[in-house]
Amino acid sequence: MASIPQTPAKPQLGGLAGKALGWVDDRFPLSKLYNEHLGEYYAPKNFNFWYYFGSLALLILVMQIVTGIFLTMNYKPDAKFAFASVEYIMRDVSWGWLIRYMHSTGASMFFLVVYLHMMRGLMYGSYRKPRELLWIFGCMIYLALMAEAFFGYLLPWGQMSYWGAQVIINLFGAIPLVGEDLAIWIRGDYNIGDATLNRFFAFHVIAIPMVLLGLVAAHLVALHEVGSNNPDGIDIKKNKDPVNGTPLDGIPFHPYYTVKDLVGVVVFLGAFTSIVFFAPEMGGYFLEGPNFVPADPLVTPAHIAPVWYFTPFYAMLRAVPSMLGSQFPGVAVMGGATLILFTLPWLDRGKVRSVRYRGPIYKGFLTAFVVSFLILGYLGVVPTTVWGQLPKGVPMLGGVDTATLVSRMLTIVYFSFFILMPWYTKIDKEKPEPTRVNY
Amino acid sequence: MKTLLKNFLAAPLLALTIAGPAMANTEEVRLDAAPINLRDQPSLQRGAKTFVNNCLNCHNAQFMRYSHLTQIGLTEDQVKKNLMFTTDKIADSMVSALDPKDAKEWFGKVPPDLTLVARVRGADWLYSYLRSYYRDDASPTGWNNLVFKNVGMPHILHELQGTQVLTKVGEKKGHGEHMEPVMKLTMDKPGTMTPVEYDAYVTDLVNYLTYMGEPARPQRTQLGVIALFFLVLAFFATLWLKNEYWKDVR
Repeated sequence: MASIPQTPAKPQLGGLAGKALGWVDDRFPLSKLYNEHLGEYYAPKNFNFWYYFGSLALLILVMQIVTGIFLTMNYKPDAKFAFASVEYIMRDVSWGWLIRYMHSTGASMFFLVVYLHMMRGLMYGSYRKPRELLWIFGCMIYLALMAEAFFGYLLPWGQMSYWGAQVIINLFGAIPLVGEDLAIWIRGDYNIGDATLNRFFAFHVIAIPMVLLGLVAAHLVALHEVGSNNPDGIDIKKNKDPVNGTPLDGIPFHPYYTVKDLVGVVVFLGAFTSIVFFAPEMGGYFLEGPNFVPADPLVTPAHIAPVWYFTPFYAMLRAVPSMLGSQFPGVAVMGGATLILFTLPWLDRGKVRSVRYRGPIYKGFLTAFVVSFLILGYLGVVPTTVWGQLPKGVPMLGGVDTATLVSRMLTIVYFSFFILMPWYTKIDKEKPEPTRVNY
Repeated sequence: MKTLLKNFLAAPLLALTIAGPAMANTEEVRLDAAPINLRDQPSLQRGAKTFVNNCLNCHNAQFMRYSHLTQIGLTEDQVKKNLMFTTDKIADSMVSALDPKDAKEWFGKVPPDLTLVARVRGADWLYSYLRSYYRDDASPTGWNNLVFKNVGMPHILHELQGTQVLTKVGEKKGHGEHMEPVMKLTMDKPGTMTPVEYDAYVTDLVNYLTYMGEPARPQRTQLGVIALFFLVLAFFATLWLKNEYWKDVR
């Protein structure tokens, strides 16, 4: 094996600090970890706008955990006191309103940032070999995040909390044979009640966060093992400096990307702060009006819709017609829509990774996929009657809700992006990749 | 073909009129914008007085403490002397003297808590609702409301506003061939206040209800400006730092 010259020795810490570090390093790989993950982790130098969202997601995770800890100090997971304890936090706890708004805004922003992060992965082919496991860990984080958001949404014990959970748990009830028992097992009762609230609290503050932290650690370890992809989708390890063996198009994560991400953090906090301080309800999308009414099992709200980040899947659920009186097909489609993400690395047969060098067919499918996801998201918020019905005269479809019909078509578009991918990525006319990154 | 196309174009419009009530659970009525101002402390104080003298007889505001009223420019003594009738402890929450059991017996249901009503309904809805009562002999209370159809609460402020009635002022073409009456509220018997005075009175009350829904709001927006100012500075500082480091890259 050819000997690769070592990185020139970094200036060593002198004196007592150096000795202390040496003492720790002999017992724990502190310097090694620092170098592997920051100081000598070489990232491509051509990261663009889309590469801010990974570090931002990490920032929000930390923020949610810290604000969550402070909320837990005053929140009461008891059906009798939960709603009042949230109001207590909003009124009587010092800075309670700020902590609560940071947490509620953080939940929505977490999804926004994660969706943009996933979009980046799709565009630049970051799921392709050798990053399959990295992508799978990411998909698992997304699922865990959905569970975390769902459990957390019940805790304020408002009308939307209650009825939203009712709708989602009833989905499990639609599963053939075991459904009813499964729903009771999840609720811990025949109805959503104190037992449900208590267990959801346990899942929200302990179980899922632990899973999330473990997955995020695995996601980062996998990333640093294979190295970051980049907007050109080419492998920077192919061109190394003959002298010190570092990638020619790579720069150490610290200090270059830490200072760059810091700018991203400040810009993000600008948006975040604007919402927290000036529009914490975000027009009813982040905090819904009906959720300021305490949960009442006897009064069903006029319009139940999940929070915005679930609505694309909710629209699919509503779009699928029930079969033999069972909602199960819709539930299966909704579940399938999230699980199909896992298979992506094995569906793509393109020779290039990045959308920059893909052909027109892939670009068309990607655009259709994104547009359908956005429209489905909108349709999941509004009642199915929003676009009226097709005129009675239309054969087969007369009288069908237009929005339902559109949702059905978009659900097909969503799935065809994945199912047809082996075919269209193979026949697409791709452009040649450059050998070095564009910077 | 022409009618088909017409139907097709009309469908979304029709859907909007159907979807509207489904979402708001009320008849579709154009709401008037409430001219409230949370920084207007005299208005908040007048609203608090109206709230205590009228609403608090039957409704609770169980999440609101009297002590919070010092935030709207009142001293504890002023609160105790003028606004507290059911308790003498300043940290108590605003609870009506009405026993919920009696309320259920008298009104059929316990009047809803009003602490958060402005966050649920919105200021415009409240402002329009409190001005849209009219005489309706078909209703059990003798009152009805344009914004909240068949509302259970009678118009307790009618001595101030006066008695409105719903009268037909004209006709317009309905969805089908038939003509639909155009109805409008008109003053049948004036109250002790002029319409302008009554609107101002309701504005103060809605201002107070909005404040009560989120007492932290004035502080929140004030801090937001400071936070954003700091972030603008931080943006230039971090951008400069980034550019300094990135000079090496190439």
